[in-house]
Amino acid sequence: MSGHHHHDHDHDNHLAPIEARVKALESLMVAKGYVDPAALDAIIDSYETRIGPRNGARVVARAWSDEAFAARLREDGTAAVAELGYGGRGGEHIIACFNSPEEHNLIVCTLCSCYPWPVLGLPPVWYKSPPYRSKAVIDPRGVLADFGLTLPEGQRIRVWDSTAETRFIVIPMRPAGTEGWSEDRLAAIVTRDSMIGTGLPAVGEAR
Amino acid sequence: MNGAQDLGGQMGFGPVRPGPDEPIFHADWEKRVLALNVAAGAMGQWSIDESRHARESLPPADYLAFSYYQIWLAGLQKLLLAHGFVTPDELAQGEALTAPRQPKRVLKGEEVAAVLRRGFPYERPATAPARFAVGDRVRTIVMHPSHHTRLPRYARGKQGVIARVSGCHVFPDTGAHGAAETAQWLYTVVFTGPELWGRDGDPGASVSIEAWESYLEPA
Repeated sequence: MSGHHHHDHDHDNHLAPIEARVKALESLMVAKGYVDPAALDAIIDSYETRIGPRNGARVVARAWSDEAFAARLREDGTAAVAELGYGGRGGEHIIACFNSPEEHNLIVCTLCSCYPWPVLGLPPVWYKSPPYRSKAVIDPRGVLADFGLTLPEGQRIRVWDSTAETRFIVIPMRPAGTEGWSEDRLAAIVTRDSMIGTGLPAVGEAR
Repeated sequence: MNGAQDLGGQMGFGPVRPGPDEPIFHADWEKRVLALNVAAGAMGQWSIDESRHARESLPPADYLAFSYYQIWLAGLQKLLLAHGFVTPDELAQGEALTAPRQPKRVLKGEEVAAVLRRGFPYERPATAPARFAVGDRVRTIVMHPSHHTRLPRYARGKQGVIARVSGCHVFPDTGAHGAAETAQWLYTVVFTGPELWGRDGDPGASVSIEAWESYLEPA
């Protein structure tokens, strides 16, 4: 697709396996001093081990357990998640979207793949893919049906399209039957999808 | 631009197919592409919107056929070429053939945790009062620019209500193309399903976008 025909100049080089093309690019960028190999490893490690949906689950569990925290989270999501040590790249400006009996929230990025990285980690493939990005804004209940989720009759649905650097995290309603639970136990039932809005807390699976 | 990235409301892609126990990465090369993009972005040579534009300006057939990290790989290559950090021959051969161009910054391994935690905030001091307030009725402008914009097609020329004022944020439409950074008031604007989709809209649904002030007019 490069628009010229010199095979040996074809930088897209679709014939080479992608593994080889990525390796070539990394070698080149390291050789030219643009990236530090230790930084690459540290970035990968961060998103594999440290920055993921367990962070968001802690935010939700705290909001369920501490009314004052929930109020601060509603008022200023960025500051509230920072209380738990979360924030930064890909989620510099956080807005918490509280589900209620009247309204269920769903987050999407129709234009690319914006997602609240500091609290949910990297987005799943389906979140970044055309079926979800195209359908969420025109047929949100159909999207929920794809996940096996049907909202109660009369509950409205509110879709948040992430068209700026503001990032959204859904705060699901605390399920009945969890009274008196510790924050750890509550966090364990907060699924990633419940913080995107394509699921609900997995109370049936709680230990 | 009205590229393949502007997917809201398009049809024919089939149902969403969530995978159970989906891994964070599906292959080692995906990890490397993610890390290279994050590290290259930290060089400070291009804005997040310029990197978005590099991806959305891929040929639409490629954009829709590529996996997401393939799109990120292609976008990064375009940025490195456009800014003179690599040559086509170097990309093809995977080795340095010309002197490097000195980047503004190189992210070091020991800096990663702090840089990720700090991030790159996009809010800027306001230089003028906000034109709109929560509850105001507004209409989005109609435009079809060939350059980058964050006003999706499905939400152009639509009437909505301001639900939130989020401060002044870096304006993407010009920043994606190398212009000096500017900022505008940013609003959450809510539209009803029928306003966006007419008789096919869900009256029990609403959709919000994040809209910069110049995307909006009083309604």
